[in-house]
Amino acid sequence: MEKQGFWYKAFHLYYDGFRSMTLGKTLWTIILVKLFIIFAILKLFFFPNFLAQHADEGEEDKYVASELIERAK
Amino acid sequence: MQNILLNIDAGTIDWSRAQFALTAIYHWLFVPLTLGLAVIMGIAETCYYRTKKQFWKDVAKFWQKLFGVNFAMGVATGIILEFEFGTNWSNYSWFVGDIFGAPLAVEGILAFFMESTFVAVMFFGWKKVSPGFHLASTWLTGLGATISAWWILVANAWMQYPVGCAFNPDTMRHEMVSFAEVALSPFAVDKFCHTVISSWIIGAIFVVAVSCWYLLKKREQQLAVESIKIAVVVGLIASVGAAATGHKSAQSVGEVQPMKLAAMEALYNGGTDQGLTAVAWVNPFAQPDYENLKEAPLKIEMPYALSFMATNDIHGFVPGINDILNGYTTPDGKTEPSIEEKMARGRLAIATLSDYRKAKAGGANEATLNAYLAVLDKNMPYFGYGYLRDRSEAVPYIPVNFWAFRIMVGLGCLFILYFAVLTIMAFRIPLLSVIVRRLLAAFFIIPESEADSHELTRLPAWHYWVPIALLPLAYIASESGWLVAEFGRQPWTIQDMLPTWAAVSDLNAGSVMLTFILFLILFTTMLAVEISILLKQIKKGPESASLNDK
Repeated sequence: MEKQGFWYKAFHLYYDGFRSMTLGKTLWTIILVKLFIIFAILKLFFFPNFLAQHADEGEEDKYVASELIERAK
Repeated sequence: MQNILLNIDAGTIDWSRAQFALTAIYHWLFVPLTLGLAVIMGIAETCYYRTKKQFWKDVAKFWQKLFGVNFAMGVATGIILEFEFGTNWSNYSWFVGDIFGAPLAVEGILAFFMESTFVAVMFFGWKKVSPGFHLASTWLTGLGATISAWWILVANAWMQYPVGCAFNPDTMRHEMVSFAEVALSPFAVDKFCHTVISSWIIGAIFVVAVSCWYLLKKREQQLAVESIKIAVVVGLIASVGAAATGHKSAQSVGEVQPMKLAAMEALYNGGTDQGLTAVAWVNPFAQPDYENLKEAPLKIEMPYALSFMATNDIHGFVPGINDILNGYTTPDGKTEPSIEEKMARGRLAIATLSDYRKAKAGGANEATLNAYLAVLDKNMPYFGYGYLRDRSEAVPYIPVNFWAFRIMVGLGCLFILYFAVLTIMAFRIPLLSVIVRRLLAAFFIIPESEADSHELTRLPAWHYWVPIALLPLAYIASESGWLVAEFGRQPWTIQDMLPTWAAVSDLNAGSVMLTFILFLILFTTMLAVEISILLKQIKKGPESASLNDK
């Protein structure tokens, strides 16, 4: 009886859907490659958190205040 | 070309702006087609739900397949914009605080849950769920994408018209005081309506273009004709709706960003009873001498139209660039200070902020701190002007605004005309159809021998090439709208609060240039892959053999 439940049906919706994909396999490959490039390469090597690197944790306001006040001079 | 090249400062600010613009422009190539196709595939599936005919199911599945390709290519391209906030625009990111983060967080959560659930049901659930639930999932997929757009546009609208917030000098951040004011800002509502409705035009043109390609190849003719009928109705409603919401949007801009409106119109000196410039000579490569010119050369205008567009009154007052720089008083007595006065008040706000923070760190008493806060509050609306060194820095680059606005409006008018004519032809509206075809023949647009033909499948080949040629123009119109919105608000990252040179991180320009080039390669590759897959799927056509025979 439990196998007829909502979660069983939901699981099989995804399971059968992914298994029978044709074009979807190509698209998912592209999505995964894209996500890898975005998160594992771009984010990691090219987009660090600038404030985390230049201000101590909890002291960000001091860094931003000095930046914004100095740049107006 | 020489002038513009001399004006470019290849520094951190310019490369960061260029990188953000590049990312946003590429991201926006995917989004409007998602929003537009969602409506058309929803209507096609509704036809299936009502008629239970296999034909409509196949039509719906075909457009859903192309929707899926575009959706897969576009997903996550917007995330890079958020990376850029944290790296290139760190002062900005901190300064805006939770105001910007809240709508983006809601967008991320809603987009993930709605899209991952309903997209899955739409693609995987044809044999798993009831037709009614499947239809609801298809519409909810489109609704999910539209709600995502809502929150992104709320965040963008807040930058153009910051409301519902208060600046906290202790944390150096803006804090939200009213979520409703941020989420339902009139500027955001106008922006959302205009942006989403104009996106439907791209979806409609795309469907008409693909359908016409089939008609050109004499394939899938029934699918093509019926899809054209859906698309022209959506396209006509969207193009007329885009004009109406554009009018409302222009009014919002006139109220809260008068400098942007003046730049869009190359209106150097304003006043009452202002005409809308149809054409004028504005050098695309150099900032005009607005201080010494009375108006743009060779100007041809539509009388009173600008006053009506901006104020809903043909006699309404519209300030020009020099009025805004010098300060002005509207006929109803509202006074706007000059840029010099705003700059002085901005410098006072920044100096007071500095004094307040020093006093607080030194343990000053509450009365002293409150005195500083009173001055800061009074002058905070002009905070950003404290960073300007010269009044000319408050003026955006006029040529881009002027020409991008004309491209957007001109193409918008072309789409209204095209969809109106095509609607009449597609539905063979008896009298109108004859009149339109007779008119086209009279102006030698179609041969006399074709003036009485009504069959969409038997038109001369050039008819089918028109929407294919219009497709890139629809994208150009959409991107031009964004150019107007974003170039027009320069120098501000947050209107009147923070110019680009205060918002940007202290980065090495070379590293930003490197990531700019990386993005250019990445996005161009993704776009090439998408176009290649889309073309392959279009050539392949619908999977049902029954459709191919008709």
